Amino acid sequence: MKIWAKTLSGKKSNMELLLEINSLTMDFGGIRALDHLDMQIAKGKIVALIGPNGAGKTTFFNCLTGIYTPSGGELILHTRDQVVQKLNGLKPNQVTKRGLARTFQNIRLFPSMTVLENVMIGHHCRTKAGVLGAVFRGKKTRYEEARIINQSYEILENVGLSSFVNEFAKNLPYGAQRRLEIARALATDPQLLLLDEPAAGMNPQETDELNELILKIRDQGLSIMLIEHDMRLVMSLSEYIFVMDYGKKIAEGAPEKIQNNPAVIKAYLGEDIEDVT
Amino acid sequence: MDYFIELFLSGLTRSSIYALIALGYTMVYGIIGLINFAHGEIYMIGAFTALIVSTVLAIYGFPFFAIVALTVLAAIIWSSAYGYTVEKIAYKPLRNAPRLSPLISAIGMSIFLQNYVLLAQTSDFLPFPALIPEFQFMEPYAHIIGSSDLVILLTTITVMVLLTLLIKYTKTGQAMRATSQDKKMAMLVGINVDKIIGITFIIGSALAAIGGVLIASHIGQINFYIGFIAGIKAFTAAVLGGIGSIPGAFLGSLILGLTESFATGYVSSDYEDVFAFSLLVLILIFRPAGLLGKSSIEKV
Repeated sequence: MKIWAKTLSGKKSNMELLLEINSLTMDFGGIRALDHLDMQIAKGKIVALIGPNGAGKTTFFNCLTGIYTPSGGELILHTRDQVVQKLNGLKPNQVTKRGLARTFQNIRLFPSMTVLENVMIGHHCRTKAGVLGAVFRGKKTRYEEARIINQSYEILENVGLSSFVNEFAKNLPYGAQRRLEIARALATDPQLLLLDEPAAGMNPQETDELNELILKIRDQGLSIMLIEHDMRLVMSLSEYIFVMDYGKKIAEGAPEKIQNNPAVIKAYLGEDIEDVT
Repeated sequence: MDYFIELFLSGLTRSSIYALIALGYTMVYGIIGLINFAHGEIYMIGAFTALIVSTVLAIYGFPFFAIVALTVLAAIIWSSAYGYTVEKIAYKPLRNAPRLSPLISAIGMSIFLQNYVLLAQTSDFLPFPALIPEFQFMEPYAHIIGSSDLVILLTTITVMVLLTLLIKYTKTGQAMRATSQDKKMAMLVGINVDKIIGITFIIGSALAAIGGVLIASHIGQINFYIGFIAGIKAFTAAVLGGIGSIPGAFLGSLILGLTESFATGYVSSDYEDVFAFSLLVLILIFRPAGLLGKSSIEKV
């Protein structure tokens, strides 16, 4: 660990680095879903990951969050207290503990728990009380619980869900469920928030609200990486874009540059239409 | 009328024991979707542990209440250790295997534990000391309800309340519910799912051990096979109430226990199982997921 910290601090001068992905590879049998990906994600930025369907974007998120164990490469996280940590090989709950949180393409809330409970559960990895504490309910446990509930209310207010607190998650309207997923992810106190198609299925008004929410979260000091097909949202939100196709990174850069990148246009629209656009 | 009340109360005692075991089935099913066939054996091991510990303590001349307390404690700890270990050895390696594999593994574990106790102990029925005393104040009612019935009933009600509180209001309970609803997502919000599953097995085994000690003391004898019968009955109760649902386990146990008791009292003890299982078939025809179970509709 120490050695890493040294070598990396040497080249850290250009920007505040949060996550380094070096030559990340993921094989499923004979299929290479991710092919030597290299990415660097800066602190406090909104980064987008785009690409045609099946490009490997969600697989990338799964590798990052410990659901898959990468076949090769390195995931290196620079934590808040300047420690450099390798993420590959960790279990999902350990990755979450180190500061990555995510949402899913298809909503995955805990349907039969209330909105408040869904958020409270996100705080789990940050609390200390164990089973015995829960059973005997000492002063510390009760204090901790009160704090969690307060923080959860705060987060719910932040994402505009405070009117739904005691509702079951499954009874919320679609847009609210999406926001609840984000709220739950925020409750784990992440450094990097990974959003997998957050605007999928949203109407224009909901998308605008989401846009605002993401900016608000960024302004609170979090980094955000989102997979999204809604190009209007991607171009208006993101400060940096990575483009993937067939498991490879084909381009990266600021939104304006990506919009005019021939390789990107080719990946999205096919070979021959290049001239038209 | 007295006869009816007597049957009703003895039915409640049966129900209580079924409930204590059924909870273990239902909690494990709720959290990992596995029918833990070795659960009945955990109950049996609880009873054997109690027999050994209470005998040893009696030899050393411990006072009665110390014997009871230490025996129950030892049975709970020992059974929990078994339950936890069974999970780690037989189920955890198969967590991502098709559902049939852990089921076969569970049946194997059940057979193994039965034969292990058979070899280590004996195949004969062993007398079990009465750990529940005959209370003085119960004497006027002794023709309707015995002291041990009362203790069994009260213990079960206490356990039921505590368990409900644990699951509803504590952090661990919350994590258990989250894990049962979506295991992968639970991991992603930072819950150590393996730990939660371990805790579930420990709680289930502890309840089974309490049931084992109570019923052994009530009936007065045990052998290596008691876990199988009790396990099947409790499993039936859990299915009747809707497996995976904790209130369902209580309701199923109540219905099964009372049916058996009344069938025994008014018809014949030969028919108790006939009535119990006919009821099961009937309920499952009209409510395939059990009384309180959720029929899961697969969304496409």
